[in-house]
Amino acid sequence: MLDIFSIPLPALFGQLLLGLINGAFYAMLSLGLAVIFGMLNVINFTHGAQYMLGAFAAWLLLTNLAIPFWASLVLAPLIVGLFGVVIERLMLKRIYHLDHLYGFLLTFGLALVIEGLFQWKWGSSGAPYPAPIPGGYNLGFMFMPAYRGFVVVAALVICLATWYGIERTRLGAYLRAATENPTLVRAFGINVPRLITLTYGLGVALAALAGVLAAPIQQVSALMGTNLVLVVFAVVVIGGMGSIMGSIVTGFGLGLIEGFTKVVYPPASNTVIFVVMAIVLMVKPAGLFGQAK
Amino acid sequence: MHDVLLAVEGLEAWYGESHILHGVGFEIGRGELVTLLGRNGAGKTTTLRSIMGIVGRRKGSVRFDGKETVGQPSNAIARLGIAYCPEERGIFSSLNVEENLMLPPAVKPGGMGIDDIYGLFPNLKERRRSQGTKLSGGEQQMLAIGRILRTGADLLLLDEPTEGLAPVIVQRIGEIIRQLKQRGFTILLVEQNFHFAATVADRHYVMEDGRVVDMIAAADVAQSIDKLQTYLGV
Repeated sequence: MLDIFSIPLPALFGQLLLGLINGAFYAMLSLGLAVIFGMLNVINFTHGAQYMLGAFAAWLLLTNLAIPFWASLVLAPLIVGLFGVVIERLMLKRIYHLDHLYGFLLTFGLALVIEGLFQWKWGSSGAPYPAPIPGGYNLGFMFMPAYRGFVVVAALVICLATWYGIERTRLGAYLRAATENPTLVRAFGINVPRLITLTYGLGVALAALAGVLAAPIQQVSALMGTNLVLVVFAVVVIGGMGSIMGSIVTGFGLGLIEGFTKVVYPPASNTVIFVVMAIVLMVKPAGLFGQAK
Repeated sequence: MHDVLLAVEGLEAWYGESHILHGVGFEIGRGELVTLLGRNGAGKTTTLRSIMGIVGRRKGSVRFDGKETVGQPSNAIARLGIAYCPEERGIFSSLNVEENLMLPPAVKPGGMGIDDIYGLFPNLKERRRSQGTKLSGGEQQMLAIGRILRTGADLLLLDEPTEGLAPVIVQRIGEIIRQLKQRGFTILLVEQNFHFAATVADRHYVMEDGRVVDMIAAADVAQSIDKLQTYLGV
């Protein structure tokens, strides 16, 4: 008797697990976006492309240099994070004093250029990345691939570590204070421009790390970030811009809602997040965890 | 002649297109407590902000301990040993009291220890886990002063620390400022409240229209009271 409301339990849990995995990526990506927005006041539309760069970096390291997944988990975010630092130093820092629209245009344009270049070089069909942990477990009601379980746990650890770093450490206190009043923090002797560069680098590295984790699940392709990032922006809007815990909880929560919708009413699964976003915007425009300014 | 810690000469400053300071000049000796007096809009706050390097554009000379600071970014100026307590207090709402207190990094050895600071401001210790902006106005002011004592800075720039506070708190802040002077801090105090300023300062500089127009030593205040009242328009 493995069914509730005539939904077979294995199907339900299967979709919820898929939802949880999607949610893990929503959470990691919206976290980076929230941190970057808080500090730079720039909505980083390049985030999806940087996630893709992380996956590509891992794939290129594996296929050209035979560098295994576990090393890429460190190397790829470092490489892509450094690329982010260069972008911040060369381009973003010139537009902080301008309207949000310029940040949007610049980062969106960058995403198009980066994704265009990768599509031109490697096509859009995508390449497979072998699962670093083969096999899985039979949980009785469903089969759980080992790597997917690892992704959920890793994402949770990454999210909580980021939360801890921002909310409970000295560097995090600089970050929060500089988000509120950069001029005063700088007048206390803290090199705020360097802090901003570092924040962008870390946010980008976080996107790349998500990309590496996604590589064995998805095809590594130039456009793998474009659809995902749309959903992630909805997640950020629902959670409330600039809230760290909000991003994490909303990311995982919406993944689950999406998975659940796939079982109950599959045609709505692609839109349910945007429906939630519309409702939240009507009821609480600053987002579930955001504070109205 | 005593040891000059801060020497300001021909200091001009702009906010965007508006020219606020038109050649400010004054000196502060090491260990002195000096006030800037003047009406609203005379340029007192802008003078502090210019010393700290947080105005749009500035020109002239500000030498701290013999080193020229005009042209340096504010984080480098702070590292020389100048600490700033802004008029709006600048307490961070996303930080609790202790995080606010610990925020400014030490720039030199010899700053006050956290226990010393809590000794000076016992209220802050009681409320160290509260959100910074949940404190009362007086407590926020004490937090804003307390957090710059830890850093080892020699020169404190205090912008209207008594503004909007009840008389009993103003008195308490006065005691604290005198204690800080005794501990050897050099203090530049901007004040609207002349009666308060007169009780703590060694000397007063009077500002008008973006310039320093007069200097009155504490000993001469009584005989200059008419002149001062004209300057301050009280």
